[in-house]
Amino acid sequence: MTNPKGRFGIHGGQYIPETLMNAVIELEQAYDRYKNDPEFNRELTELLDEYAGRPSRLYYAEKMTKDLGGAKIYLKREDLNHTGSHKINNVLGQALLAKKMGKTRLIAETGAGQHGVATATAAALLGMECVVFMGEEDTIRQALNVYRMRLLGAEVIPVKSGTATLKDAVSEAMREWTKRIDDTHYCLGSVMGPHPFPTIVRDFQAVISRETKQQMLEKEGRLPDAVLACVGGGSNAMGSFYHFIEDKSVRLIGCEAAGRGIDTFETAATVNTGSVGIFHGMKSYFCQDEYGQIAPVYSISAGLDYPGVGPEHAYLHDIGRAEYVPVTDDEAVNAFEYLSRIEGIIPAIESAHAVAYAMKLAPKMDKDKIIVITVSGRGDKDCAAIARYRGEDIHE
Amino acid sequence: MSDMIAKAFENKKAFIPFITCGDPDLETTAKIVRAAVENGADLIELGIPFSDPTAEGPVIQGANIRALKGGVTTDKVFSLVKELRTDVTVPMVFMTYANVVFSYGAEKFISACKDIGINGLILPDLPYEEKDEFLPICKKYGVALISLIAPTSENRIAMIAKEAEGFIYLVSSLGVTGMRTEINTDLKSIVDVIRQNTFVPCAIGFGISTPEQAKAMADLSDGAIVGSAIIKIIEQYGKDAPRYVGEYVKKMKEAIN
Repeated sequence: MTNPKGRFGIHGGQYIPETLMNAVIELEQAYDRYKNDPEFNRELTELLDEYAGRPSRLYYAEKMTKDLGGAKIYLKREDLNHTGSHKINNVLGQALLAKKMGKTRLIAETGAGQHGVATATAAALLGMECVVFMGEEDTIRQALNVYRMRLLGAEVIPVKSGTATLKDAVSEAMREWTKRIDDTHYCLGSVMGPHPFPTIVRDFQAVISRETKQQMLEKEGRLPDAVLACVGGGSNAMGSFYHFIEDKSVRLIGCEAAGRGIDTFETAATVNTGSVGIFHGMKSYFCQDEYGQIAPVYSISAGLDYPGVGPEHAYLHDIGRAEYVPVTDDEAVNAFEYLSRIEGIIPAIESAHAVAYAMKLAPKMDKDKIIVITVSGRGDKDCAAIARYRGEDIHE
Repeated sequence: MSDMIAKAFENKKAFIPFITCGDPDLETTAKIVRAAVENGADLIELGIPFSDPTAEGPVIQGANIRALKGGVTTDKVFSLVKELRTDVTVPMVFMTYANVVFSYGAEKFISACKDIGINGLILPDLPYEEKDEFLPICKKYGVALISLIAPTSENRIAMIAKEAEGFIYLVSSLGVTGMRTEINTDLKSIVDVIRQNTFVPCAIGFGISTPEQAKAMADLSDGAIVGSAIIKIIEQYGKDAPRYVGEYVKKMKEAIN
């Protein structure tokens, strides 16, 4: 679906400083060389299976299904991966690729800290240096993940510029990459940024839908009716959707973080409230004002607190292939608690956005319909923040 | 209109100051521009502030934030330039980010540039591969779309130089804007390749703050671009900055010629 210049319809492209152009061209050439290389794929599959614990389970949430009284609900358990989220799928792919390119240092941005932890983990495993940029605000919201990264040997740099969240961490990682390119690979964590990142990250995350499809056929003998995933930059959603794009009977639903609501300024629901713009290397939808100034977005979820969305999602929205729905903080927190109690699974607050929409959707669907929710990560990291949201003063 | 830019380089080395519009306010910006011109600036690079300037170091990031907090918008910057053009005759170019142009409407933005007397456009996040986004419209209105060449451009230098217009902005070092104690890039060999491929003048920017550095860079090329060092003066003196920027420009201009 990508054309040679990295376009998805009008979206995508390479809007980056000249200083980085040869670096992204080199990355594209390396990726083209290794993506179909049997040895590279054998090594990557071995890491994913033996180290990260793939394939992840497709679990029938029977109690939740009965409780909601509608469509049959399956959970794609990316939370069970090593490091606790889907982020490891992409990171192992990119770290291995970087190593083949002769790079010795990985830099990354992180919001909730899940991508930073995954990158620090891969760097430790492959013997690479690692520096993670994280908004100062997020280092406070996700203090446990900061410690995990340091424990894994990474340097964590708190970013104070702008809103001190994910967007500023991306800007700072890009700035760092322009300073030091020779030995450094920018391990971007989502299906965003300049070409070839949206394609590379999508391909490495597509393992989610490849497995879901096969597991669903084994368990039910048919395809699901809807696939739900949360969308910030959109990597777990893109991975969850990818192998179903051609199966037109499967509804693809991306759940955006509406924060305090899409009719307020405190929202991060990019597709629902944004407009087309150019930022962070890509053309896509962004939350911005009439003069193109990027808006200070808000969500309870540090991982979805981003003013843009990956260009392939923007395209899937434009052509009407995927739907993007807003889910508020309140709805996500309710879903966080609901899934914990009904299935004994504590989801990441990011993933809880998808669970929340399923709670609205499933009761309206017939019992012979099937929904798959991607639980992109586990929620241990969020417990203290959710407790505070509920007025309990607990400390990690 | 973009031929105007060539005048800045005629028979001399050009000194090009960068000024973020609206830092600390637009009235002071107008005074700073006039002070720079009176003291020998050959071309003025005017920054339209952007919320997330990914090619800038902390100094210019700070100027962008201060200007936006003060309520500066693209329309207000256009009014400023219109007013400046009542007496300022040196070429002026805008430096901003692709989204500022795109969101305003490329045709509306670039035609406004022509109307108010802006001669060129520098967009650090618009590389060669993406220049068709705005180039046809720039050509239509005679606004030069300035190309940047970086220390990492290597095999791309000739390709970029061949299609360059106005002047070439040669980025002195890796990284973002900001003052540097040393510039270690082999700029001479880059300039040689540029010269083999175009007659368009080439000015060096990023990291230049002292008269010695400006002279060294201008000796290698056709001029020197200075941003962060000027923004620092503005940050320090605020509304009193025009006089100090004027003195600084005079010193730098004398050093390069």
